Amino acid sequence: MGHVLAFLTRRRGGDRWHWTDIVTWVWLIGGLLVMFGPAVWLVLSSFKTPAALADFPPTLLPYVTEEVSVAGYDRPLPLYEVKQADGKTVILAEVRRIGIIAQMVDPKVPGAIVKVNIADRKPVEKVSFATSNYTEPFVHFDFLRFLWNSVFVTVMATAVTLLINSMAAFALAKYKFRGQSLILIVIVGTLMVPLGVIMVPLYSMISALGLFNSLWGVIWPTVATPTGVFLLRQYMLTIPDELIDAARMDKASEWQIYWRIVLPLAAPALAVLAIFSVVWRWNDFLWPLIVLNQSQLYTLQVGLNVYAGQLNVQWHYILAMTVVTMIPVVLVFVFLQRFITRGIATSGLK
Amino acid sequence: MSRITLEKVCKSFGAYGVLHDIDLDIEDGEFVVFVGPSGCGKSTLLRQIAGLDRPTSGDIRIDGKLVNSVPAADRGLAMVFQSYALYPHMSVRQNLAFGLENARMPRAEIDKRIAEAARMLEIGDYLGRRPGQLSGGQRQRVAIGRAIVRNPTAFLLDEPLSNLDAELRISMRAELSALHDRLKTTMIYVTHDQIEAMTLASRIVVLRKGRVEQVGTPLDLYNRPANRFVAGFIGAPSMNFVKGTVVEVGEVAASVSLMGTTVALPRPAAGAVAGQAVSIGLRPQHISLAGDSEAGVPVEVALVEALGSETVIHSRTATGERLQAVLAGQHALRTGESVRLSFAPDDLHLFDEAGLRLA
Repeated sequence: MGHVLAFLTRRRGGDRWHWTDIVTWVWLIGGLLVMFGPAVWLVLSSFKTPAALADFPPTLLPYVTEEVSVAGYDRPLPLYEVKQADGKTVILAEVRRIGIIAQMVDPKVPGAIVKVNIADRKPVEKVSFATSNYTEPFVHFDFLRFLWNSVFVTVMATAVTLLINSMAAFALAKYKFRGQSLILIVIVGTLMVPLGVIMVPLYSMISALGLFNSLWGVIWPTVATPTGVFLLRQYMLTIPDELIDAARMDKASEWQIYWRIVLPLAAPALAVLAIFSVVWRWNDFLWPLIVLNQSQLYTLQVGLNVYAGQLNVQWHYILAMTVVTMIPVVLVFVFLQRFITRGIATSGLK
Repeated sequence: MSRITLEKVCKSFGAYGVLHDIDLDIEDGEFVVFVGPSGCGKSTLLRQIAGLDRPTSGDIRIDGKLVNSVPAADRGLAMVFQSYALYPHMSVRQNLAFGLENARMPRAEIDKRIAEAARMLEIGDYLGRRPGQLSGGQRQRVAIGRAIVRNPTAFLLDEPLSNLDAELRISMRAELSALHDRLKTTMIYVTHDQIEAMTLASRIVVLRKGRVEQVGTPLDLYNRPANRFVAGFIGAPSMNFVKGTVVEVGEVAASVSLMGTTVALPRPAAGAVAGQAVSIGLRPQHISLAGDSEAGVPVEVALVEALGSETVIHSRTATGERLQAVLAGQHALRTGESVRLSFAPDDLHLFDEAGLRLA
C-alpha cells in the first residue's frame, strides 16, 4: 500500500511541483474521464426512469421523486418541498398541475387543496435504481432468443474465422510460391474496402445463395478477415522452419504439420484473433440488420433496434439492454487482456 | 543397409549457385563429416540428401535407388537439427512418438522403441517433460532419440553440438561416437568445427564454396592436404604459409628456399619446375626451438601464449613472414626476444600458385 501511494504521489520536481507533473495529472484525469465517462454515464443512465432521462439539467445518479399515498387518492402522489409566503418550507403532495399553478395537498390534512406556483416547489428526490429497465425486456422482449442468435453467430463465426484464416496464414507464412507477396498485399488491401462499398453486391450474393434470413448469411461474409490473416501470418513467421522440416522427416503430411505443429504453436495469436472476432461479431449491427428480416432471427444488436421506433425511442430499455450486451465484451477484455497485448506485441501488429 | 551416392549434384537458388557438381560415395556404416567454413553449402548438401530440398541437377541414390523425387519422409533417413527442432508443445515422449504415429506403427511397438531409446540415451526420467523444461544437453539427447526411434537407414546430423557449451560438446561428441559404434548405421554429420570432424569422422568431406575440396580420412587430410585451403582448414592452430621458391627438382628429391635458407626435401616435387614461386606450409606443431648446434631460422617473438602443457609463440622472421609455433611444455620466452626455430624438411607442404599440392 505504501508503495502504491509513493508511486502515485511521485513527482518529477521532487518536493515541488514541476510543470510536467501538472500536465501529466491533467492528461491522465482527462483521459480517464474521456474513456471511462461515457461507460459510467451509460450504466448509471440505464437505471433511470424515462422521466429522469428526460430531466433537464441531467443528473448523474438516477433520481426519482418520492411519492406518498394520501387518503382519498387512488394513485400515490409525488412529494414536493414548497416554500411558503412566510418563508417556511413544508412538504406537500401534488394532486395535479394546471398551467403554472400546482394543486397540492398536505398528506397529513388530505382534505384541503393548496395552490402553489410551480416556481416555489422543488421535488423531493431520492436515488432509486429502476431495475425494471432490465427485468421488463426479459418478459416482453424475446431476449433469450436474441441472445441465443447472437451467441450462435459469434461462436460459429469465430470458429470458422480461426480455421480458414489460420490456413491462409500458414500458406502465406510457410510455403514459397509465385505471387505469394502479391496475394498477401491483395488480402491486406481489402482492409481499405469498407462494408458500405460491398454491401449491395454482398447482399445479392447472399440472396442468390439462399442465405437471406438465415444466421449463416450473417456468418459467412464475415469470416475471412484480412486482419486475422495478417496477424496470424506475422506470428507464424516466428515459428522456426526447422520444426516443419523435422515434421516432414517425421512423415507428417502437410495437413498434420498444420494441425499438429503450426496450429498449437500459434495458439497465442489464435487467442488474440478469437478475442477480436468475438468482439466484432457480437457488436455487428449493420450486416445482420440487412440480412435478418424475421424477428425470431434477430441478434441482440438488431433486437435492440426494436426500441428505437420511428416516433418514440424507449431510451431506458435501450440503455439497459446496451449494458447487458456489453457485459460479454467487457468480460473478454478483462480476463483476456494479457493475450491481446502479448499477441499484438509478438505479431508486430498495431 | 544404406549406401548413399551423389552424382554431379548441383543446387542453385535463382542465378546463385550453392552446390557445384558434387560427387560423393558414402559407404554403409560410415561416419562421414561434411566440414567447411560457414556458407560453403554443407547444410544445403545435407538437405538435398534428406529430401527437404531438391537438387537443381544431378542424382542422389540410396542403395542404388534413385531418390531425387522421393519425399523426405520416404527416404528412411532421420535428421537431427542444429536447433534440435523439438516440438515445444509436446512432451518428450510425444516428441519421440510423433514420427512413429505418423507411420501408423502399433502402440506397443512405439512404446518399446521409446523405452529402448530412453534407456540408451538416459532420458527415461524426463519423458513427461516439455522441451522447454530441459537443459541444452538433455534436449540434444531427445533430438537424437527422436532420430533413433525411427530406426533409420542413415542419420543426418546438422551441426548438432553447436548450441552446447564447450564442456558438454566434448562429452556429447564422445557419446555420439560411441553411439555410432553401437548402431553401426551410416551417419552424415555437418559441422564447421574441424576438431569435431577430426575426432568423429571415418571420412571427412571438406567443402568450400559449394565444391568438394578433398575427401579422405582425418589423418589423410592432416598429413597430405590436397590444396592450400584444406591444409589451412584442418589442424589447429592453422598451418603457417610462407613464400618460397623451388631451387631444384630431382628424381627423388627437390630443394626449396624459404625464409632465407635453402632446404632439401627428401621427396620429389612432382610438377614443380626450378625457379617456380610456391607457397610452403608448415604446421605449428612441427616447429621446435633450434638447439645450439642446429641450424634454424632466426625469429623475433611477438606474442607468447603459455597454456601449461604447451606454449604457443607468434613470431616474425627477418624476411617479414609470420610464424606460429606450438612448443611442447613450458618455455621461459618473452616478447621481443630473438630465438631460432627449426623444422624437419619432411614436414613441409608445397603448394603452387593456384593452391594445389606439389609435394
